[in-house]
Amino acid sequence: MNNVLVYCELTEDNRIADISLELCTKGRQLASQLQGRLQAAVMGNAVNSAAESLFAYGVDDVFVADDSRLSPYRTLPHFNVLSKLIETQKPDIVLFGASSVGRDLAPRIASYLRCGLTADCTSLEIGSHTDLKTQTTYDNILMQMRPAFGGNIIATIVCPETRPQMATVREGVMKKEIFDANYRGTIIPITLDASLDAADKAVKILRREIEEQKVDIKGAQIIVAGGYGMGSKENFELLHQFARLIGGTVGATRAAVDAGFTEGERQIGQTGVTVRPKLYIACGISGAVQHRAGMEQSGKIISINTDPDAPINAIADYTIIGDVMTVIPQFMACYKNNLK
Amino acid sequence: MALKIVVLAKQVPDTHNVGADAMNADGTVNRAALPTVFNPEDLKALEMALCIKDSLPDTSITVVTMGPPRAAEIIKDARSRGADDGFVLSDARFAGADTLATSYALSQAIRQLGHVDLILGGRQAIDGDTAQVGPQVAEKLEIPQITYAEQLIDINEKEITIRRRLERGAEEVKATLPVLVTVTSAAADCRYPNAHRLIRQAKDEVRLITADGIDADMDRLGLKGSPTKVKKIENVVLAHKESVVLQPTEAALNELSATLIKEHIL
Repeated sequence: MNNVLVYCELTEDNRIADISLELCTKGRQLASQLQGRLQAAVMGNAVNSAAESLFAYGVDDVFVADDSRLSPYRTLPHFNVLSKLIETQKPDIVLFGASSVGRDLAPRIASYLRCGLTADCTSLEIGSHTDLKTQTTYDNILMQMRPAFGGNIIATIVCPETRPQMATVREGVMKKEIFDANYRGTIIPITLDASLDAADKAVKILRREIEEQKVDIKGAQIIVAGGYGMGSKENFELLHQFARLIGGTVGATRAAVDAGFTEGERQIGQTGVTVRPKLYIACGISGAVQHRAGMEQSGKIISINTDPDAPINAIADYTIIGDVMTVIPQFMACYKNNLK
Repeated sequence: MALKIVVLAKQVPDTHNVGADAMNADGTVNRAALPTVFNPEDLKALEMALCIKDSLPDTSITVVTMGPPRAAEIIKDARSRGADDGFVLSDARFAGADTLATSYALSQAIRQLGHVDLILGGRQAIDGDTAQVGPQVAEKLEIPQITYAEQLIDINEKEITIRRRLERGAEEVKATLPVLVTVTSAAADCRYPNAHRLIRQAKDEVRLITADGIDADMDRLGLKGSPTKVKKIENVVLAHKESVVLQPTEAALNELSATLIKEHIL
């Protein structure tokens, strides 16, 4: 069957996680191209309204498993339910978030089904593939693009022979878009069987600590990001002043986070968050591929750097050659003047 | 009381120190130009095993890796840090394996060791970043998995308690052994090699085990056993935009901020 199934993650307050809505948006596109149905699996406790919320994203069938043993997420209970669902529904494609949940569950499912799984895809398309050895052509299969080798190359991966074709995608890489606010699909309850009991007993959660998300860097329209070139934690304070003035949020490169200039939750790039703000101001950032992978889809990019040859300048709309500690105050003054 | 522990490890190219000659002209990876390292998170997994051995001294630690014969270097390294034993799965028939075929080979090798209480490994390797092999080995051995472990809280001969990272927070989980645990970079750093151990075992050869030694279905190994195929590899090329280069003069910055305000960007 040409169906696309999205495994949906739930937030702490039992809503569908953004990453899963992003996958439904992409899944809708893929399912339409394949002339198949978009399906979603929602597993948790009291998840009816979460399940209903998926229809606006164009989901045709929402499979719901509602049981207290499925919340909070644990590997084996979810594995138990999802692996059986995939075996009976036989979707062509299954998508997971590349989150701590998706990256825990998807490989175990792929191993059980003996199918391929591509991690951390940045792009998914339907296309055809010809095996050069056998000269066999496979039409309408999933082209899975992902950065590899520390982000130095982009690989296109296909799984022509096995089904389903499975992929994980990082949060923020794909767009989340309402398909049709009035779209209606069907809720299909999943019948749980006795095997869930054994899965339930394997691992117990003793306690959980959920941290408030302090920084919403993903939703920011303007990001002022600092790199190792900022020089110190104290200098990073200037970025906060700058961000406050222009209504932005402070981001950072891995090098700046590793150097202790700022908190890890501000990290942008392949190992951090992927962002697409309308304005990205890169301050003292050289622009390693891993960092660029997380911000190059920004609307406008300004680079402030002493090095005219910094790689980030190649993707910047404006490059200001100069020291961040003098250029930023100058720019702030100009901005204030122009607002008057 | 003693446990039998397996540590899964990988020798990887040092992608954090990629030089200009790291890529061949055709876009493939020039592995010869890259120094190799013990995958960082696997070293953290080894440290967790060594901590358990500190408290339960009769515990045995076997390090298992798959790779070319030179991957024996990391087995020697692990032994000098305190591991008891180790071997390399090395055979042309393992080559070209994706995570599914790799996890099959590793799980078959572990089965040959008899009863194992605990399997530890890094969450992911820096040359692939997939984080798949751990959970897949656990599935093949039909044991539970605990991923994203950052701290060992407690262990006895029956149960293990682990603190693991969540997207936004952490949780403490308890599992009955045997179990497979994958360790993140937040876990404790590995202790240094011990000079005496280093010298003592320098001449000890590392066992290389071929596909014939793990009772494997040959169709599930290497390229043949790998459902994922690489269709295309592209170098990351910067899309060169029309970039306006400015000197930080007052006039230039004034104009830039005025433009951004006019375009509703600021």
